[in-house]
Amino acid sequence: MRDALLWHRLQFAFTVIYHYLFPNLTMGLALLIVVMKAMALKSGDECWNRVTRFWIRIFGINFAVGVVTGIPMEFQFGTNWAGFSRYAGSVVGHTLAMEGLFAFFLESSFLSLLVWGEQRLNQVGHFIAAVALFVGSWLSGYFIVATNAFMQHPTGYAIGADGSLRLADFWAFVLNRWALMEYAHNMLSSVVTAAFVVCAVGAYYLLRGRHSEAAGRFLSVGTTVGVIAAVLVVFPTGDRQAKLVARYQTPSLAAMEGRFESGPMAPIVLIGQPNVSARRLDNPIRIPGMLSFLAYGTFHSDVKGLLAFSPDTWPDNIELLYYSFHIMAGLGTIMMAIMVLAAILKWTGRLARSRWLLWVLMAAFPLPYIAVTAGWLTAELGRQPWVVYGLQRTADAASPSVHAGTALFTLIGFCGLYFVIGVLFLFMIGREIAHGPVEIGAEVARG
Amino acid sequence: MVELWYGITSVMLAAYVVMDGFDLGAGAVHCLVARTNEERRQTLAAIGPFWDGNEVWLLASGGALFVAFPKVLAVGVSGFYFAIFLVLWTLILRGLAIEFRSHVNDALWRAAWDFIFSLASTLLAVFFGAALGNLIRGVPLDQNGWFALPLFTDFSGRNPVGILDWYTVLVGLFAWAALAAHGAVFLTWKTNGAVGTRSHALGSRLYFATAILWVAATLATIYVNPEIFQALTRRPLAWFCLLVAVLGAVQVFFGLARGAHLRAFVGSSCFLAAVLAATATCFFPTMLRATTDPALTVTAYAAASDPQGLRTALGWWVVGFPLAILYFVINFRLHRGKATAAAEGHGY
Ligand code: HDD
Ligand code: HEM
Ligand code: HEM
Repeated sequence: MRDALLWHRLQFAFTVIYHYLFPNLTMGLALLIVVMKAMALKSGDECWNRVTRFWIRIFGINFAVGVVTGIPMEFQFGTNWAGFSRYAGSVVGHTLAMEGLFAFFLESSFLSLLVWGEQRLNQVGHFIAAVALFVGSWLSGYFIVATNAFMQHPTGYAIGADGSLRLADFWAFVLNRWALMEYAHNMLSSVVTAAFVVCAVGAYYLLRGRHSEAAGRFLSVGTTVGVIAAVLVVFPTGDRQAKLVARYQTPSLAAMEGRFESGPMAPIVLIGQPNVSARRLDNPIRIPGMLSFLAYGTFHSDVKGLLAFSPDTWPDNIELLYYSFHIMAGLGTIMMAIMVLAAILKWTGRLARSRWLLWVLMAAFPLPYIAVTAGWLTAELGRQPWVVYGLQRTADAASPSVHAGTALFTLIGFCGLYFVIGVLFLFMIGREIAHGPVEIGAEVARG
Repeated sequence: MVELWYGITSVMLAAYVVMDGFDLGAGAVHCLVARTNEERRQTLAAIGPFWDGNEVWLLASGGALFVAFPKVLAVGVSGFYFAIFLVLWTLILRGLAIEFRSHVNDALWRAAWDFIFSLASTLLAVFFGAALGNLIRGVPLDQNGWFALPLFTDFSGRNPVGILDWYTVLVGLFAWAALAAHGAVFLTWKTNGAVGTRSHALGSRLYFATAILWVAATLATIYVNPEIFQALTRRPLAWFCLLVAVLGAVQVFFGLARGAHLRAFVGSSCFLAAVLAATATCFFPTMLRATTDPALTVTAYAAASDPQGLRTALGWWVVGFPLAILYFVINFRLHRGKATAAAEGHGY
């Protein structure tokens, strides 16, 4: 059903982008919660405990939505991408099944202990629950990223007698070099997200003049972890990701940069609009030679443009790919600047008085979400027209037995359901933030 | 190897039915056994720490199917496209109901989520039974090995078949009764006070209904899929499973009558697992039975991954499975004893 392909793709894109908004925060927040709980244990200070509990409550709500929106993802490989499952299932089935067995069981068993179990456990036990959840969510991140990395850059497989893939080398598959780099970059971006969110709530309380003591701690954890992650996400991991793309998905790199002609001294494009029908980039602002240098290490390296490849190997949405990549990289630079500034002011004790920077921090929390979504669009659109790079085309991946109208119907269903979930989610998060990091006893009076 | 992975997949699926079965069942009887807010928080507190982990068994058995029998997963899951999304959406609403209900202290908010929770749990129990019914009855595989099922046709159970017909609805009702009974027995074990008493009374009655529907569903199965019954006569393992199922059901009745509630719950779990195991044993090696032409039927041997892949998967499975069990033991131990409704803001 070729005409169904568009709806399959839109449905998968919509549901996975939506799903990922939640793990994107929880994976990074799990790390910050471990840090906060460790501070509470070390200092024995009740304020750190209140700070930790507040973020655990936020974590719990995000996690719940992450879980319910994640379950459909797992099944869509079968429902919408039956061609892909049939072709590559013997390989990617491993990581997907291991994710359930090794990561989701761990996470789901310790979640309620972390969120509701503080009285049931002692303080060290509660810390262990936090660590277990952190390990579980970072493991699940690895398995899903490794699955995706196989699709970007297949390794460890062989082609079986019936033409479908089979696993030839387990470790080559699981420790795919693409997976390791993608994982590092992706987890750092998740930590950046959590750091920005924690800072934003801290800045909000300070600007409001509420919960100043707790807000100060939000900002110290947020800026310290945030500045490290915001730098590392750009360099070395973002840079190395781009080098991998240059090496293994050369047409994608050309499309990400809107480059049509080949040649040495390739410039990097800061701004410009790709004009695919005219095969050129309109209104570019360029830094000469930078792309050659960043992609291959010398200014004289030849960077191939799209015209060097046959159009049926071009990504099929070059414009969106180009904009996504530039949004990610641009926001990465901006976020790094914000975090470095905030961290310097925090360390010199001036952050609480710099209202303008608090305003910036409070307003900046959507940026990492946008960057992450743009980053995934870059990865997934750049992989086109392949679903498994170089092996299976996306057009052959869809389910042959599902009609276009059926796929459109479920897509619309998801839009409606997820809209409602979004409203409920924002309502609940808004309540928690309004309630603030106060003693548990005070909660009984809430209502 | 293929037999082993068929077994592993069936065991994981049975674990899903037994584990998520008790919280689905508790959901199905939620509004009946718990009337006040306090009581409803009690049933939610009983399943709250477990439901998410229980649901992971569904993902994990899906994963086992994916890695071991990718062709069954591809054909089966896309063929049931519509039904799968109904299940997924219902699962979403149910999960949100459990997690969101107690966050806001407002009677209307809570009543709405209670309703969604019960309705979604009830529907899911019926859906899962109907899904099993569909597999037993068979699906209209075409010459290329794919199929797509409409929601219903003429309910006759003959070609052209739909997801719902008299047989699959019957199995759905059986599943509903069995899971609701299972959930009521679980609540009898894990709660006290009015909820415990009501669950006890309801559990006994539901188990009678289950026993009757079981007989009915078995007779119907013999009619719809005679091969299953023929296999039964040749496979001692199936006999053993049936024996366990009967013994399990007997334990439920004795356990409830004598106040040995854990024993009743274990009996109920054995009953569910053994009924599924007996079915899987008789069904083997079929995985997707064709209603169109028996030659198109997909067997485990034809659908399995290559032996090397299956061996590799076994390598990590034997590590992961005991770990999963370990987490469940820890979780159940930390939440042992009767569940009580926590103070506002402290729990489900
Ligand atoms: C906070 C978020 C964030 C930030 C600031 C950056 N990235 Fe990124 N990037 C992601 C978040 C992200 C991501 C969403 O996490 C992706 C999607 C897939 C992945 O592994 O990470 C990604 C993917 C991704 C890819 C695609 C890999 C592929 O095709 O598979 C490249 C080439 C880069 N990144 C490069 C960069 C560069 C050069 C950056 C610096 C300026 C940068 N990223 C900043
Ligand atoms: C959160 C992160 C992710 C986002 C935002 C994302 C985004 C997208 C988008 C936008 C598409 C549609 C591409 C197109 O229409 O051209 C897509 C397709 C797809 N993605 Fe991802 N993706 C993510 C993670 C993953 C992971 C981890 C996997 C695998 C495990 C995966 C598997 C697929 C598949 C199978 C398709 C369908 C085939 C295709 O259109 O290429 N995605 N994704
Ligand atoms: C970059 C991409 C992704 C990452 C890093 C990721 C990570 C996570 C994490 C950490 C969780 C735990 C819940 C939470 O923290 O909110 C989660 C939940 C889940 N994810 Fe994703 N996810 C991604 C995309 C996907 C995709 C493509 C699938 C489908 C195969 C998927 C399937 C699931 C499922 C089934 C759950 C629920 C688990 C449970 O019940 O505990 N995720 N994901």
